[in-house]
Amino acid sequence: MNDAALLSVEDVAVDLPTPRGNLRAVDRVDLALGAGRTLGIVGESGCGKTMLSRAILQLLPKKARLTGRVMFDGRDLARCSAEGLRKLRARSLAVVFQDPMTSLNPVLTIGTQLTETLLEHLELDASAARKRAVELLAAVGIPEPEQRLTQYPHQFSGGMRQRVAIAIALSCEPKLLIADEPTTALDVTIQAQILDLLAREQRRRHMAMILITHDLGVVAGRTDEVAVMYAGRIVERAPTPVLFKKMHMPYTEALLAAIPKLEAAPHTPLPAISGRPPDPTRPLAGCAFSPRCRYASDRCHSEKPQLAQAEARDHRYACFHPIKLAAGVDA
Amino acid sequence: MMQEVMRAASDPLLKVENLVVEYVVGQRVVHAVSDVSLQIARGETLGLVGESGCGKSTLGRAVLRLRPVVSGRVIFDGEDLTAMQGEALRKMRRRAQLIFQDPIASLNPRRRIGDIVAEPLVIAGYDDAGRRQQLVYEVLSAVGLDPALVVDRLPHEFSGGQCQRICIARALVLNPEFIICDEPVSALDVSIRAQILNLLEEMKIRFGLTLLFIAHDLAVVKAVSDRVAVMYLGRLCEVGPSEQLFTKPAHPYTELLIEAIPVPDPDVRPAESVAVGEPPSPIAPPSGCRFRTRCPRADQRCRDEVPELRPVAPGQYAACHHPLT
Repeated sequence: MNDAALLSVEDVAVDLPTPRGNLRAVDRVDLALGAGRTLGIVGESGCGKTMLSRAILQLLPKKARLTGRVMFDGRDLARCSAEGLRKLRARSLAVVFQDPMTSLNPVLTIGTQLTETLLEHLELDASAARKRAVELLAAVGIPEPEQRLTQYPHQFSGGMRQRVAIAIALSCEPKLLIADEPTTALDVTIQAQILDLLAREQRRRHMAMILITHDLGVVAGRTDEVAVMYAGRIVERAPTPVLFKKMHMPYTEALLAAIPKLEAAPHTPLPAISGRPPDPTRPLAGCAFSPRCRYASDRCHSEKPQLAQAEARDHRYACFHPIKLAAGVDA
Repeated sequence: MMQEVMRAASDPLLKVENLVVEYVVGQRVVHAVSDVSLQIARGETLGLVGESGCGKSTLGRAVLRLRPVVSGRVIFDGEDLTAMQGEALRKMRRRAQLIFQDPIASLNPRRRIGDIVAEPLVIAGYDDAGRRQQLVYEVLSAVGLDPALVVDRLPHEFSGGQCQRICIARALVLNPEFIICDEPVSALDVSIRAQILNLLEEMKIRFGLTLLFIAHDLAVVKAVSDRVAVMYLGRLCEVGPSEQLFTKPAHPYTELLIEAIPVPDPDVRPAESVAVGEPPSPIAPPSGCRFRTRCPRADQRCRDEVPELRPVAPGQYAACHHPLT
């Protein structure tokens, strides 16, 4: 682990009791993120990416059990008091969720919701908070911010609501922003705008960011590093350019191949990943991806591959049969 | 001019002529679909793309008379749907089906899968329960589910992708000719999305279907469509063969939509702010060209004059005063 890491997730596991038995949502994950760096976490629904972000934020469901350590800015979050966590989440650890309609309070004006955090945590007075709120709305690209402050969430479009949610998240100058599928509910054109906005504010504030998505296309040009999750584990992790050029994990390859390509002729069959992820209450003995993997051998069905070091620095993968892309790639 | 667009597809199964759909909200009128004409040939897939609120879903529903039409005509297999009433309309609707975006919400959570898929048969008057079961089993196998394992279970026992398979089975059980797919994969993961798109393509061939495929994701639309129509704020901007529309878009809005697609390649730096602003309200759409408020090429003429769909290349039509090609 990097000493200078702002966030370090050490051997974190999240278990949820369910009527069908224990569900291991996150399975022994290690991660580190330096200040001002961006990390993409990619995987399908149910792969544990949201649970991992909740573990970092200490916002897990009550019945969930967390093991391992989450170190943020020199503190072990699992040992923080409720009050300490509240302060931390307000000041230095912010989050933007997928659905801006449900993450904003429908009966409070945008102004009230924005100034609430400013008054409480930055201890600004009412007029300073209002001024700051206007600046924040302008910074996230909302026209006529003064008038908009008095409006309610339903008077905003989906994209505008997400901008407001981002403004609230940025209001106390956080050190880390977790964006959990921030554009999944939005149109392609609005998605591009929101991703641009996040990237711009991330650079300008030198803030670390975790971008959680199911779409590899979203993380490609916008993150320093990518972690691919499957069935609760990180199965491949690499600096973004390395991941796209020298991926070793068949799951990463399959995820990338399943995206419809604009260059492909119409009616070209898509290389879909057959089947679906395993039932998380019935963990497999071997590699969790083996039933869907075209390279799987007997060993994959019986033994779990651990994260191994690849030839490139900072590139790790969990596979017995890593793919070698294109001839000429050092193997 | 309209005649040329009409001639583009021979033997159309569906013709939409100057369709206008409006909603009244309080004192105000939402111009959801304004003077849209298009046609779909037998066996063709027409993709319909546009941002949320552009009227693409309303257009799809109005085609099946699920929304009242203000003016214009919908001709299905030579018959005017807009003039049809009662039993005749019901009979016609058996030949056309819909698949929706949210597969879980479109299945009744309290009913068993077998009953859900059999429902269209019951409504269509198939009295023989044995025959119904046979048809349900056939169609469930066709969409890749094991009928014996599935029929007695409830929707919540299935994943989103499986629920969409069930919705597709329900749409196919009456052996329709035409299916409107309204954002059928938008709620699904990338990997499951590919499975469902492949399934739709397979079903299209197997059942000899004609499809209207509505989505906001251009790459998805291109993967399945022969021709694509681009809609903006209630009007068509551009229509053309898929390949051509993507390589040589003529309308600035089509270009904007293409540039907004995230490319899964770290060397392709996302173009900053390709998309300017958001669509205006359909309650008070801009005069002239409705896209002009976001268009880099807009001038006075775009403000004064509504652009008509004009041919820009063989089979390709754009409604723009300053087309790119």
